[in-house]
Amino acid sequence: MSHLLALDPLFQSGHVGFSVFLVVAVKVLVAFALLLVSVMLYIWGMRKWIADMQNRIGPNTAGPWGILQTLADGIKLFFKEQSIPDSADRVVFRLAPYLSIMPAFLLFCIIPIGGQVSIFGHQTFLQVADLPIGALWILAMSGLGVYGVMLAGWASGSKYPLLGSVRATGQLLSYEAAFSLGILGVLVRAGTLSTHDIVSQQRWVNWHSFVSQWYWLPAFVPFVIFLIAATAETNHPPFDLVEAEQELVGGFNTEYTGIRFAIFFLAEFMNVITMSAVATTLFLGGPSGPGLGFLSAGNALNTWLMPVFWFGLKVIALLFVTVWVRASMPRMRYDRLMALGWKYLIEIAILWVLVAAAIEVANVQNWNVWATVLIAFGSAALAYGVLYLAIPKPDEVVEEFR
Amino acid sequence: MSDKTRGEPPSTDSTSGESTSAIKNVDPDEIETRLERQTDEGAQELRTTSRELVLTGGMWPEDELSDTMIINMGPQHPSTHGVLRLMMELDSEEVVRIKPVIGYLHTGMEKTGEDLTYVQGPTNVTRMDYAAPFSNELVYSMAVERLLDIDVPPRATWIRMMFQELNRMSSHLLFQATNGMDIGAVSMMLYGWREREEVLRFFEKTTGLRMNNNYIRPGGVAADLQPGWQEDLLALCDTVEEGVRDYDELLSQNPIWVERTVGVGVLTTEDCLSLSITGPILRSTGFAWDLRKAQPYLAYDEVDFDVIYTENGDVFDRYRIRLYEVLESIKIVRQCVEAMPPGDYRVQDKKITPPPRARIDESMEALIHHFKLFTEGFKVPAGEVYTSVESPRGEIGCYIVSDGSSKPVRLHIRGPSFYNLQSAEPMARGSLVADAVAIVSSVDPIMGEVDR
Repeated sequence: MSHLLALDPLFQSGHVGFSVFLVVAVKVLVAFALLLVSVMLYIWGMRKWIADMQNRIGPNTAGPWGILQTLADGIKLFFKEQSIPDSADRVVFRLAPYLSIMPAFLLFCIIPIGGQVSIFGHQTFLQVADLPIGALWILAMSGLGVYGVMLAGWASGSKYPLLGSVRATGQLLSYEAAFSLGILGVLVRAGTLSTHDIVSQQRWVNWHSFVSQWYWLPAFVPFVIFLIAATAETNHPPFDLVEAEQELVGGFNTEYTGIRFAIFFLAEFMNVITMSAVATTLFLGGPSGPGLGFLSAGNALNTWLMPVFWFGLKVIALLFVTVWVRASMPRMRYDRLMALGWKYLIEIAILWVLVAAAIEVANVQNWNVWATVLIAFGSAALAYGVLYLAIPKPDEVVEEFR
Repeated sequence: MSDKTRGEPPSTDSTSGESTSAIKNVDPDEIETRLERQTDEGAQELRTTSRELVLTGGMWPEDELSDTMIINMGPQHPSTHGVLRLMMELDSEEVVRIKPVIGYLHTGMEKTGEDLTYVQGPTNVTRMDYAAPFSNELVYSMAVERLLDIDVPPRATWIRMMFQELNRMSSHLLFQATNGMDIGAVSMMLYGWREREEVLRFFEKTTGLRMNNNYIRPGGVAADLQPGWQEDLLALCDTVEEGVRDYDELLSQNPIWVERTVGVGVLTTEDCLSLSITGPILRSTGFAWDLRKAQPYLAYDEVDFDVIYTENGDVFDRYRIRLYEVLESIKIVRQCVEAMPPGDYRVQDKKITPPPRARIDESMEALIHHFKLFTEGFKVPAGEVYTSVESPRGEIGCYIVSDGSSKPVRLHIRGPSFYNLQSAEPMARGSLVADAVAIVSSVDPIMGEVDR
C-alpha cells in the first residue's frame, strides 16, 4: 500500500487517519495555489524582464509595479464573450484547454520543493506525492500536455489552427524523444525514478557539492538537451512554431477567446514553470543548498525555509534563461526544428546514455574506469562517425523531412 | 512534387519557356471536376490561373491536386505589412503557389492628384509611401520643376538630399524592425523603432510632422533648418550608427537568423530585370544599380558614398544591404552637415513659392501672391515629364502631363513597392510558410505605395 501510494514517510505507518488526510489536502491546496500564483508572477516578471531588454517599461499600472497585471488580464478575459466557430467540434473544442492545463498541475505534484518537515507531528516531504515512478510520471504528463494543443487546433475547424495542430503533433512528438533521453541521462546515474531520491542524492555537503553532487556537470550533455527539448515541449521561443504569430496568426489558439484562451495561456506558462522545476530537480539538486550556518541544522528556518528558498532561486534562474532566450532569438523554421531534434539531439542523447551506462557498469564491476570511459567514448565517436556519414548533409536531401 | 529544392533560384523561364511547349493531354472534363473539388472560396479567384496551370502542367502536380489547401494570409494578418492579402496554396507546409491580392488600401491618390493644384500636390503624394514620404515629395517636386524649367537654390538641393538620406535611414530602420519581427526576433522590432524614433524626432523638429511631412515642395523646401540642427544631426548619426552595429551583432551571426534567411527567396539579376524590380532587391543579386550613382540628381555627384551590393540575392543579403545602406546614408548626412551651403531654401519667385508670413501684413503684392498661390496655384507649361529618384525601396518615378493649367492632367507615380511585390510569387514558390513570410518581409512593400 505504502509503496503504491508514495514513498512519503507520512504513509510509512500504514495507517491513513484523518490528520494524514488533512496534511495531504493542505499540501494539494498549497501546491495548486503556489503554481497559480507563481504563474501570475512569472508572466508579470517575464513582461518586466523583456520590457527591460527591449527598452520598454512593461506593465506598471495594475498594482504596485504592475504586479497585478496578469490578474487584471485574467478577470477581463473571464468576462469576455467565448465564441465557438460553426465548423468546430464543440465538445473537443471546450475540452482542449482543460486537457492542456491539467497535466501541468499533475506534473507539479511530484516536484520536491523542500526537504523533510514535520506537519502536525507527521514527518513528510514537502511535495504533494513522491511516486516510485516519478520520472515516468514526468514523461507521461508532458506527453499528455500535447493533446490539449493538438486537439484544440484540430477541433477549431479552421485552417490556421489546423496548421498549428499539425506542427504541434510533429514538434512535440519529436522532442518528446529527446526529452525522455535527456531525463534518462540522469536516471542512469541516479538509479532511481523517485524524484525525492534523485534530489537527496544531490544533497548539499559543502561548496564542492555544486559540482560534485549536482547532476548538471556529470550529466551536462543531457542537461543541455533537456533544456532545449523542454523549451520545444512548452512551445516557448525560439520553438514557438505552434503558435507562430507571424505565420499562423495564433496557431492552435487562433479561434479561442475569453477564458478558454486565458487557460491556454496559463497552461503554457505553467508548463514553463513546471519544466524549470523538473530541470531543477533532476540537474540542479532541487531544494539542496547551504543552510544558515549560525543556526542548528534542525532549526525550522533550515528545514523549512532555506530548501524552499534555494529551490525557488534555481527555478527563477532557469525562468530567466527562458525569458532571455525569448527576447534574443528569432523563431526557427519547421524543417530545421525537426532536423535539430531528429538529427542531432536524439543521436547525442542516445550516445550519452550508452556511455553513461557503460561507466555505471564499470563502477559496479570494478573495471578500470578510465579505460571504460576511453573505450565508451571511442565507440561513441565511431558510432557518431558512421551516423554522420549516413545522415544527408544540409544541402543534399531536404524533401524527405517535410 | 516540385522538382526544385528550396534554395535554388526559382527560374522564371518555367512559366515562359517550358510551360508553353508542354500543353499536356488532359481531358477537359477532368480539369473541371478537379477544379470543382476545390470548394474553398479562394479557388474561385484562382480559377483562371488554375486552369492554365493544369493545362500546361506547370507547377501544379496533378496527383496532389486535392491535397492542397488554399489559405488566405491577410488582409488582416500580423505579418502582411498593412493590408496585403496573400492567397497561398499549401501542400502541408509547403507553398505551392502564392498570389498577392492588392487594392485594400486603394484610395485613388493618382486620380485625386489630378484634382489638386501643383501647390497641393506634395500633400497628396507624400501619403503614398508613408515610410519614405520625402522621396515621394522630391520626385513630384522635381517633375514639376522640370516642367517649370526652374533650378532650386543649392541650399534647397542639399537640404533635400539630406532629408532623402535621413528618410532612407528611417525607412531601413523600419524595415529592420518589421523584418526582425516577421522572422520572430521580437526585440529587433523595438530596437529598430527606437532608432527610427530619433530620426522622426528630427523630422518633427524641422518639418513639424513625423510623417506625411509635405516638406519638399516645388521650388524648394517649406522651411529652413532649425537653429542647432548640426548638433542634432551629428548626435543622431552617432546614435543610429551605434544601433546599426548592435543589430549587426544581434542578428548577422545568429545561427537561427542565418538558417532562416540564407538561401531563402533567391532571385537572379535576370529575374529582377524582367520583373522591373529595383532597389535593394536588385542590388542583392549583384547588380549595383542605384539611381544616385547611375543618373545623379540633387548633389549626389558631390558627396562620397558607396553603393552596397551583394551576390546571393537571398533574404539575408537584402537584410544586409539595408543594414549597410544606413551606414552609407549616415556618411552622406555627415557630409551634408559639413558642406551645407548658405543661402535661400527656396526659389524667390513669388509665383511659385509663398511670400514670408510677415510680408503679407505690409505688402499688398505679397497678400495677392499668397492668395493666388493657395487658391489657384501656379500655371505650369504644357508638356509631359518623367523624373525618377532612388527611394529606399527602389526607383520611384513621377510622370506628369500638363496642359498648361494649374493642375496636372495626368499624374502617375511609379511606386517601387508595386513592382517589387511581383517578386513574391517566384521567390515563395516551393518554399515553406515561414519562408513566405520572410520573403514578403524582405520585399519591404509599403501598401500605401502599392495601391496608391
